[in-house]
Amino acid sequence: MFAKIERLFVRLLAPLLLLPLAASTLADGGTWREVINMTPGVTEVSRQIYDLHMIIFWICVVIGVVVFAIMFYSMIVHRKSKGYKAANFHESTVVEIAWTVIPALILIVMAVPATKALINLYDTSDAEIDIKVTGYQWKWQYEYLGEDVQFMSELSTPDAEIYNLETKGANYLADVNEPLVIPVDTKVRFLITAKDVIHSWWMTDFGVKKDAIPGFINETWAKVEKTGTYRGYCAELCGQGHAFMPVVVKVVEKDEYAAWLGEKKAAAAAMRELTEKEFTMDELMAQGEEVYLRSCAACHQANGEGMPPAFPAIKGSAVATGAVDHHLDVVVNGVAGSAMQAFGAQLSEVDLAAVLTYQRNAWGNNTGDVVQPIDVFNFKQGQ
Amino acid sequence: MAHGPAKGIGRWLFTTNHKDIGTLYLWFSFAMFLLGGFFAMVIRAELFQPGMQIIRPEFFNQMTTMHGLVMVFGAIMPAFVGLANWMIPLQIGAPDMALPRMNNLSFWILPFAFAILASTLFMEGGAPNFGWTFYAPLSTTYAPDTVNYFIFGVHIMGASSIMGSINIIATVLNMRAPGMTMMKMPLFVWTWLITAFLLIAVMPVLAGAVTMMLMDINFGTSFFDAAGGGDPVLFQHVFWFFGHPEVYIIILPAFGVISAIIPTFSRKPLFGYSSMVYATAAIAFLSFIVWAHHMFTVGMPLTGELYFMYATMLIAVPTGVKVFNWIATMFQGAMTFETPMLFAIAFVILFTIGGFTGLMLSIAPSDIQYHDTYFVVAHFHYVMVAGAVFSGTAAVYYWLPKWCGRMYNETMGKLQFWVAFIGFNITFFPQHFLGLAGMPRRYADYSLQFADWNMVSSVGAFIYGAAQLLFLYNVIATIVAGKPVSEPKTWEGAEGLEWTVATPAPYHTFSTPPEVK
Amino acid sequence: MAEAKTNRFLVARLMAGAVAMFLFAIFVLPPLYDVFCEVTGIGGKTGGRYVATDAVVDESRTVRVQFVATNNGEMPWEFAPKVFEVKVNPGQPVPVAFLARNTTELDMVGQAIPSVSPSNAARYFHKTECFCFNSQPLAAGEEAELPLVFIVDPELPRTVHTITLSYTLFDVTGRSGEPSLAALTEPASGQ
Repeated sequence: MFAKIERLFVRLLAPLLLLPLAASTLADGGTWREVINMTPGVTEVSRQIYDLHMIIFWICVVIGVVVFAIMFYSMIVHRKSKGYKAANFHESTVVEIAWTVIPALILIVMAVPATKALINLYDTSDAEIDIKVTGYQWKWQYEYLGEDVQFMSELSTPDAEIYNLETKGANYLADVNEPLVIPVDTKVRFLITAKDVIHSWWMTDFGVKKDAIPGFINETWAKVEKTGTYRGYCAELCGQGHAFMPVVVKVVEKDEYAAWLGEKKAAAAAMRELTEKEFTMDELMAQGEEVYLRSCAACHQANGEGMPPAFPAIKGSAVATGAVDHHLDVVVNGVAGSAMQAFGAQLSEVDLAAVLTYQRNAWGNNTGDVVQPIDVFNFKQGQ
Repeated sequence: MAHGPAKGIGRWLFTTNHKDIGTLYLWFSFAMFLLGGFFAMVIRAELFQPGMQIIRPEFFNQMTTMHGLVMVFGAIMPAFVGLANWMIPLQIGAPDMALPRMNNLSFWILPFAFAILASTLFMEGGAPNFGWTFYAPLSTTYAPDTVNYFIFGVHIMGASSIMGSINIIATVLNMRAPGMTMMKMPLFVWTWLITAFLLIAVMPVLAGAVTMMLMDINFGTSFFDAAGGGDPVLFQHVFWFFGHPEVYIIILPAFGVISAIIPTFSRKPLFGYSSMVYATAAIAFLSFIVWAHHMFTVGMPLTGELYFMYATMLIAVPTGVKVFNWIATMFQGAMTFETPMLFAIAFVILFTIGGFTGLMLSIAPSDIQYHDTYFVVAHFHYVMVAGAVFSGTAAVYYWLPKWCGRMYNETMGKLQFWVAFIGFNITFFPQHFLGLAGMPRRYADYSLQFADWNMVSSVGAFIYGAAQLLFLYNVIATIVAGKPVSEPKTWEGAEGLEWTVATPAPYHTFSTPPEVK
Repeated sequence: MAEAKTNRFLVARLMAGAVAMFLFAIFVLPPLYDVFCEVTGIGGKTGGRYVATDAVVDESRTVRVQFVATNNGEMPWEFAPKVFEVKVNPGQPVPVAFLARNTTELDMVGQAIPSVSPSNAARYFHKTECFCFNSQPLAAGEEAELPLVFIVDPELPRTVHTITLSYTLFDVTGRSGEPSLAALTEPASGQ
C-alpha cells in the first residue's frame, strides 16, 4: 500500500522537485521567474509570440494532465497485485476515430493565432530606418544605411573574467564596446548577412531572430515600445567564438537617437581629422593595448604568443619586427586563405596605428617604431 | 545439420549468425554510448559554472560535435539494429536474416568507421567541430582538415545502415513463417520494416550531402558556396531532408519495443493493432515533408514557413494515436511493474513530454524564440534519451533472459531505473528553462543568469552517467552470475514466437518454420 | 529455393533504390533547388541577364530600391554603392553603379553575388546589365566603376514598397573554370 503511494509520489514529483530546489539556489528573489520562462519582450511581435507560447503550453499541460491522470489511475487500480483481472478488449474503431479527429481539431485551433503571428512577424514594409547587420567571426558590424555610420560591435568582457582570473561582471558575456542604438516607437528594418560562416542575430526581447548567411541578405524588423538596454546572442554555431559575440541594443528616445546619430556622423568626420594628428609613443601604446586586447588577443593571446600554427605569435615575429609596410599589409588587408581578417575596414586609422605601434613594441619586440594614423591612411590610399 | 558456434575470436569476426551479429551490434553500441557519454560529461563539466574552467571553446565545439555524431550514428542506431538482428528472425519464425554474410559486413565496417572518427580527436586541427548537423560553410571552407575523415566515416556508417535495411526488408518480406501474414507480425517487426524503407530513402541523401561537401572542399565545386553561384541554405535543405526522417528512424523501432513490452506486463493484447501500423506508416510518410521546420529562421518566404508549420503540427496526430493506444493497452490490464515495464511507462510519460515540446517547436512564430536554444536541446533529449534510449534499455532487460538464459536481479534493475529516471530529469528538465530564458545551444560559456540551472543540469548529468555504469554492471552480472532461467516464456504475459523457443535461445532456431495460426 | 530468387530480386531493387536516392541528392536536388529559387524568387536569387522587352512604365507608383555591399571573408577591396537608394518607377530601366578598389599589392579577381530582399520581390527585379554577370579582375591598386542597369517589373506585388539589393564580393583569384553567372544566362548580344 505504501510502496504504491511512494512510487506514485516519486514519479509525479521527481521533475517538480526541481522547482523548489531552483528557488532555493537562486540568490536574487524575483529573478527566478526570468529564468523559467520566455520573456514577453518589448515589441508587439514578442508579445504575440509569448502569448502564443503560453496558450500552446497550457493546452499541452491540460492534455498531459488528463492523459497521465488516466494512466496513473490505471497503474494504481489495474494491478495484478491487487487481484485485478485483465480485460480482453483490444480494438475500437470509434475510439480510434475520436482520438484522431479531436487532436486534429485542437491543432486547427492552434494554427489560427500562429498564422496571424507569423504574418505580422514577416511584415517588414514601411520601416523608417534601415540597419545592415553583418555577422563576423566573432563580432557584429552595424551599418546605418544612408547615414554613413558604421561600426563594429564586439564583446567587451575581458579574457581575465572568462578564464576566471577576475570576478565576472553583472553583464558577463553580454556587454559590447559599442551597442546598436535605435529610437523607441520606430519601425526599424534589419538587413542581415554574414561575412564568413552562418551566424544568427537574436534579440530575445524583440522577438527577432534571423540567420546571417554569407552571400545572401535576409530582412526582419522591430518596433520597440520601451526604452532600455537589451541583450541578445548569436544563435548559430559559427566557430570557437560562437558564445562570445553578444548583441546589445540601446533603445532611446527619438530626440536622443537623432543627437546620437548626429554625433556619430560628426565623429566620422572628426576621425578623419584625427588621422592628421601626431600621437606620442605613450598615447599609442596605451590605446594600442586596448585595441589589441579587444580585437587581437582572442587569437594571438594577451601575451602575444598566439596558438601556432593557426594563430602565429606576434612576440618576436618577423612581421611585427620587420618592414612596417608589410606589417600594415597583413593587418589592413588580412591574409587570404588564413583566419587573419582584413582589419582595414574594421578599425579606424587611429586604432590601426595604435595597435601596430603596440605590437611592434610590446613583449620585448622593442623596435622603437611609431606608426601614426596618417601612415595608415597613406598606406591605404597609396596601394 | 545445425552446429554450434565456432570457437575463439574467429567466431565473432566471421559469424553470419543473426544472434551473434545482434550481440556484436549491442556491445558496440553500448561502448559507443559510453564514449558519447564521456563527451557529454566533458561538456557538462565545463558548463557546470560560467567561465572556461577545463577546456577551451574550440575543444568544446569538438566535444558537442562528437557527442552528437557518436550518440546518433554509433550508439542509438546500431543498438536498434542489434535488437532487429536478434529479434526479427525469432519473431517471424525465420532461421536467420535474408543475407547473413552482408549482415556480418554491415556490422564490421562500423568499428572501423568509428575508430577513424574517434582518432580525429588526436589529429592536427582537432576533431570535427561544426556540430553534428555540420552546416556549410563552417563545415566546408572553415573546417579543420579532419573533415575529410569525418566524410569518410559518414559514408561508411551510411553504407552499413543501407545494407542492414536491405537485409531487414528482404527478411521481413520473404522469410516469414507460413501463416504469419503481415497483419499478424509483431509491432516491433512492423516498425523496423517501415524504418528500413526510411533508411534506404534517406541515408543516400546524407551520402549525397557529404559528397557535395567533399567536392566543395577538395575539388573546387560550389554547391554550398555563394561565390560560385551556390547556396549554404541548399546544404540545410539536403541535410534536413535526411535529418528529419532520421529522427523517426531513431524512434520508430523504439515504439515497436514499447508495443511489445506494455502488452506483456499488462497481460492484455496491444490495443488497436491496425491503427498502430497505420499510425507508424503515417508518421513515416509525414516525416518526408516537414524537414524545413529545422530552418524556420533561415529566411524562408512566408508561404513556405506556413506550410512547414502546418505539416509538422500534423505529426502530432498519429503520434498521439500511438500514445493513446498504449495507455488503452494498460487500461484494465493486470499490471506488474518489473524493470522493463518501468522503463516502458517512463517512455510513455517522458516521450509524451518531448512530443509536447515538439509541438511547441512546430509553431513557427514561437520557434523564432526557441530555435537554436536549450529548449530544442531539452526537446530532443527527451525524445531521444527518455524515448529511444529508455526503450532500448527496456528491451535489454526484457529480452536478456532469452538471450543468455539468466535473469537479471530485479532489485538492481529497479534501482538502475530510478537512478536513470531521476538523473535524466534533473539533467534535462531545467534545460527547458534555460532555453526559454534565452540561452543558445552549442555555447561553451554563458551569462550569469543561466548559472543556476546549468549547475543543476550538470549534477543531473553525472547522476545519469552513473546510472549507465550501473546498467553495464547489471548486464554483466546477469550474464556471468544471474539466476538461470529455462522457461521458454520468461514473462507470464508475453506473446510471440520468440517466447516459444528454448531459453537461452539455441544458436540456430526455426530451422523448420513454425506453424502460425 | 524460390525464396533465394525473390530475395535477390528484392535486394537488387532495394540497392537500386539506394543508389537512385544518392544520385537524386547530388544531381537532382541542387538543380531543382536552383530552378525552384529562380522561378519563385525564393532565397533572393535574381536569375541571369534579363532581355528587356518594351514594358510600360508604371508612373503611378514609386518603389525604393536600396543597395548594400558586403565583402566576404578576407576580401580587402573597397566596395560600395555610389548611392545608397533610388526611387524608381516599375518598368523604367535605371542605371546605377558600384565602386570597387583593389587596395592590395596583388592583382586579384572578385565575384559579386547578388541577393534581393524581400524574397517575393526577387522574381520582379530584373538586371539587364550587371557587373555580377562576370568576375571582376582588378590589378593592384586599380579602381573601377561597376555598372548595373535594372528594371523593376510592373507586376511587382503592390505590397512591396522597398527592395534591397545586396552584393557580396568574393575573392575568386586563382579559381579557374569558375562558372560565372553569365554561364547560367542566355547569351546576350554585346555585354
